[in-house]
Amino acid sequence: MPHTRRRQQHPGPLWRLLSSAGFRFALLFAVVFLAAGLAFAGVLWWGTAGTLERQTDSAIRADAMALAERGRDSGLAVLAEAVEERLALDAEGLSIYLLLDPSGRRLAGNLAALPPPRSGDSSWYRLNVEHEDTGPGEARLLVLDLPDGSKLAVGREVSEKGRLRALLTEGLAWAAGAALFFALLGAWLMRRALERRLTPAATTAALIAGGDLSQRVPLSLHDDEFDRLGASMNAMLDRIAHLMDGVRGVSDAIAHDLRTPIARARNGLEEALLSEADDPATLRGAIERGIADLDNVTRVFQAVLRIAEVEAGARRAAFAPLDLSLLLADAAELYGASAEARGQTLNTLWPESLPLVGDRDLLLQVVANLLDNAVKFTAPHGTIVLSAWREADWVVVRVADEGPGLSAQDRTRVGERFFRADSARTTPGSGLGLSLVRAVVQLHGGALWFEDAGGPPGQPGLAVLFRLPVAA
Amino acid sequence: MRILLVEDDAEVGRFVKKGLQEAGHTVEHTTNGRDGLFMAAGESFDLLVLDRMLPGGVDGVRLVETLRGQGNHTPVLFLSAMSGVDERVKGLKAGGDDYLVKPFAFAELLARVEALGRRPAVDAPATRLKVADLELDLLSRTVTRAGKKIDIQPREFRLLEHLMRHVGQVVTRTMLLEKVWDYHFDPQTNVIDVHVSRLRQKLDKGQDRPLIHTVRNAGYMIRAEP
Repeated sequence: MPHTRRRQQHPGPLWRLLSSAGFRFALLFAVVFLAAGLAFAGVLWWGTAGTLERQTDSAIRADAMALAERGRDSGLAVLAEAVEERLALDAEGLSIYLLLDPSGRRLAGNLAALPPPRSGDSSWYRLNVEHEDTGPGEARLLVLDLPDGSKLAVGREVSEKGRLRALLTEGLAWAAGAALFFALLGAWLMRRALERRLTPAATTAALIAGGDLSQRVPLSLHDDEFDRLGASMNAMLDRIAHLMDGVRGVSDAIAHDLRTPIARARNGLEEALLSEADDPATLRGAIERGIADLDNVTRVFQAVLRIAEVEAGARRAAFAPLDLSLLLADAAELYGASAEARGQTLNTLWPESLPLVGDRDLLLQVVANLLDNAVKFTAPHGTIVLSAWREADWVVVRVADEGPGLSAQDRTRVGERFFRADSARTTPGSGLGLSLVRAVVQLHGGALWFEDAGGPPGQPGLAVLFRLPVAA
Repeated sequence: MRILLVEDDAEVGRFVKKGLQEAGHTVEHTTNGRDGLFMAAGESFDLLVLDRMLPGGVDGVRLVETLRGQGNHTPVLFLSAMSGVDERVKGLKAGGDDYLVKPFAFAELLARVEALGRRPAVDAPATRLKVADLELDLLSRTVTRAGKKIDIQPREFRLLEHLMRHVGQVVTRTMLLEKVWDYHFDPQTNVIDVHVSRLRQKLDKGQDRPLIHTVRNAGYMIRAEP
């Protein structure tokens, strides 16, 4: 139904306000604030107005009891005298007394008559009094039935206290109104502030969902929770962009570097088929070349997948403590034979133990790739140096050759998939070796860099260095 | 050997079956895990070749786990299109003995099948290995040929030991890398060849009969007869 959808898409301002998380938070705080205020007012009420009333009541009761006792001990006449005496002493005129004899005749007091009797056994009365000088007022009255049948009424005027109570009530009501106002204002301000801080992130997310991966959440200078959220979002986006690049790299790789060997294999097999050569040896040779080409395709494919796997961080599961010294010794032993076969010397130098946490197969692959390159680019009878040392919290590994080196321009591009320096185009290789090295080093939280190996100009040699964090 | 092949891809299955039969083995082939488990549990095989992903609700890993749970210790070789290291570890942990990633060269598969199937029942407590006039003493770690001591490095000793334990069988380069160097990685170049040829030079120096033979498109084999 288009109507409902429309309402959902463009909700009214009230609904938007109510559905805002900021508003709801603020409202929650306002409710808690109001509840606290009410509790405070209640305690205040009980402690002031309530206490005044209770005090009045107990004073009346004490006075009435004292008088009743006097009457019981000394008779009605003395009691009437005492009542008159009290009235005479009451300068403020707040006291109310009435003494009636058993026949209902008024013996003493300033009250004209008793209030009409009520059902129930409560002997407390609240009555309106007509005062001679202050006008109408309110009073509390206690009526006692004395043992001889006479009645004694004792009361106090409470108009003053009533006014105080009214004042207190009014004040509390105003305070509650103000609290409600400020709570709502606070809720609105908070909602606005939250919205203002969250809108950039939401806008960025919407743009990214729309396909523009280059967007990042703008950060304020507060370095608060929102900035931290934005920063994590940005880090996440960087990672996603990196992975996307990786995927793009793999597809580029497949398009670019696998096409050639696949085409070669295909052409070779097709040619063998079409040549109608009766010579089985020729046919066999063509098939073998085809298989070799396909194996090469598989190897490149594996390498690309492996780089992607490493870059995605999926291999961290295989991390275990290991001694890099032993691993370097294995690599040196493995590739030393190749160097020796080319008349090269492989010099090695590292401390007895270099403990770290990592994936031993991948790390061996790294050293193997570097040594393989070094052997390839160093002239026969040259020297290759494999060394490692500790530097603060890092283990640094260096592989130096006597090859043509790498120009500053090429150094920035090396490690891109399939990049091969012009000077290396004639040597065999896929151009994937250093990509894998870089990916593995990054997986281990390390870094890779290049230096001149210190050879003569024109043949400076290349030193590839990488560092890995030492095991804690 | 009597081999059970559980592979759901008809073409790969046919290819492997034919190859193994040509190498002189008896092969039973089934295409789903449930039947595979039924056959493996009910009959006696020397070796199981399993695809990791199988239809029928029982995949390769489940199949091996079930078999091992029943006390069946027939060697298992996994064939898999899943090349991740985790996948490999999962396969071996479940009780697989070897793991080969597709696509593979048939020679590699055959070499691994024979190495697994003809594994000595218990790692024989042999102290000496002998091929023709070549002798390897596992206790003193010395190698002699025709009574003459050959100076050999520790790694070369392990390489030779591995070859001699599989006398008459093809051992591929990857197998050597895994078993002798104990690493799983792509060495890019012919490093293993260099090591083997160095060992070969030491063994054959002054001898007219070579012992380590290169098997074209496959690997190496040590054998007495030329």
